[in-house]
Amino acid sequence: MSQILPILIATLIAGTPLVYAALGELVTERSGVLNMGVEGMMVVGAVIAFITMQTTGELWLAVMTAMLAAMVLALMFSVLVVSFRAHQVAVGLAMTIFGTSFGSFIGKSYVGMAIVMEPSTLSALASKIPLLGIVLGQLHPLVWLSWALFAGVWFFLYRTRSGLIVRAVGEAPSSAHAIGYPVVLIRYLCTLFGGAMAGVAGAYISIVYTSLWTEGLIAGRGWIAVALVVFATWRPGRCFLGAYLFGGATIAQLFAQSAGIGLPSELMSALPYLVTILVLVLISRNATLMRLNVPASLGQPFVAGG
Amino acid sequence: MRFERRPKPSTLMIFLSPVISLVLTASVAMVIFASAGLEPLGALVTFLTAPLADLYGVGELLIKAAPLVLIGIGLAIGFRAGIWNVGAEGQLTAGVIFGGYVALHFGPDGGLSVLPAMVISGAIGGMIWAAIPAFLRVRFNASEILTSLMLNYVAGLWLTWLIFGPWRDPAGFNFPQSEPLAPAALFPILVECTRMNASIIFALIAVVMGWILMKRSFIGFQLKVTGLSAGAARYAGFSVTRAVWIGMLVSGAVAGMAGVGEIAGPLAQIFPNASPGYGYAAIIVAYLGRLNPLGILLSGLLMALLYLAGDLAQMSLGMPSSITGLLQSTLLFFLLTADVLVHHRIRFKTSGRKGVTV
Repeated sequence: MSQILPILIATLIAGTPLVYAALGELVTERSGVLNMGVEGMMVVGAVIAFITMQTTGELWLAVMTAMLAAMVLALMFSVLVVSFRAHQVAVGLAMTIFGTSFGSFIGKSYVGMAIVMEPSTLSALASKIPLLGIVLGQLHPLVWLSWALFAGVWFFLYRTRSGLIVRAVGEAPSSAHAIGYPVVLIRYLCTLFGGAMAGVAGAYISIVYTSLWTEGLIAGRGWIAVALVVFATWRPGRCFLGAYLFGGATIAQLFAQSAGIGLPSELMSALPYLVTILVLVLISRNATLMRLNVPASLGQPFVAGG
Repeated sequence: MRFERRPKPSTLMIFLSPVISLVLTASVAMVIFASAGLEPLGALVTFLTAPLADLYGVGELLIKAAPLVLIGIGLAIGFRAGIWNVGAEGQLTAGVIFGGYVALHFGPDGGLSVLPAMVISGAIGGMIWAAIPAFLRVRFNASEILTSLMLNYVAGLWLTWLIFGPWRDPAGFNFPQSEPLAPAALFPILVECTRMNASIIFALIAVVMGWILMKRSFIGFQLKVTGLSAGAARYAGFSVTRAVWIGMLVSGAVAGMAGVGEIAGPLAQIFPNASPGYGYAAIIVAYLGRLNPLGILLSGLLMALLYLAGDLAQMSLGMPSSITGLLQSTLLFFLLTADVLVHHRIRFKTSGRKGVTV
């Protein structure tokens, strides 16, 4: 029992950035836009949050600026793929290369600095809650907020009229347009939301998770988030749980060490990537399952009246 | 303002849009220089011409352009067929591992055969690394974009493990690097006083072979049809499966050879990060070159110039060398945006009734 709790907490901590990024991407993809630039948006979010934190020491301001910065990239992305109908995969790749280089460009002088985090007052309060307090008190408020995000996304998609419209836009944009829904606007909003969440995910990694900035900090988590949406067959619940599966794979190194398994650390670090490949294969091999769930217009540009 | 689909793609825009994107990227570069307190136009001219001031610089340009062109041609073959291999970085690393193994195993004893053996084994390594996403796509329908990307990280970690472990040079003062490769395992230098070596010949061969394959062969035609419409290809009896295999294996092989070109060329040693992002930059090279071998040759030279200029900016202007990637990706953005005008024209609507065509 004493072993399980730390593992659980470590898994929650490691899975949180994926919860943010993947749920954001899920909403984007539900509207029919395939954003392959999540990785780049996370890098920019991480570096902007880190710089804000270093200069102001304000955690929430850092999260907000990271969100805004990633949303600027998401806006560029939307203009290109939604309005200009450029190739979504190509623009996404360009966005990732851009975000990664931009991150190292402006973060150059911050490499090697560290953030000293004040213990959060919210966490201190949470630790007083009976029973749950022992877990909650050790988790950053951004972790609980990711749970609220999950609940919100689920409720939005399945229990609200707006969520229904988003799903309709992803499934049949021409029909949605014919009924009078603003397809382009909805795709913009969903992509901006996805970008904002990628920004929070990046901020979480640089500020809370590692408390430092270095090149290669995001290490493909943005891509794993994109894969996670496929793995979840575009459903929030599976997306949420999947994030923790990968969180577990990320920290497997710690378990292995404490269990005395002498595997090379590089092999353990490769585990999340290998798990991603394995899970993608397991899900994708079922072609019917994929076809039934994937938003029908995913990756397709929408042309009004054409 | 709205876009109207052109009845047929504009030939003018196909050639004009790279030019437009270059001009816009140069303006962005000038803004960056200005914000660093430099005189923008002067800094831009220095940035682009200083690396090529002497013969050594020209040699550097060619050895940087060679892997980019080589990989870019391979990627373009796949991209034409709608195969999104974004794993060239990992395939290059696999080439470094396989070629490096041969080099370290035979050392000076290999004689004349060691270098060809390295190239072949590097190509095989790259092909194996590319075959994994190809197989998963063909057999299990798994997205080759995501699987090939994941394998980039896996290959990188594998090489890191080798260099920090079994391959670490015992005489290397604990630096993470292999022992220096034997002279027999290095490409001969073509022009004295430069680092320009024989591996650039592979890039030239690739341009010619790529041109023949894409423009003059039936396979090239089949790949193109597959890329334009998988349904049409299937109807015509062209196999999408075969397109996936050809696209992935060709680009894997050349990426692996490019990896060998690095360790048996300018590096002469194996480091954990043997590639300065060539696998990703080659995606930009392929696009900027319009997936056309001659275009790729030109865009490869341009990207190489940006690499050199980035290094120079770091040394003499004190700017981060990541300005290279920043400008490379900005160029790709502008290109993708300008490309919209290849297939569309802009129609400005002044009122509901009157329209002005541009």
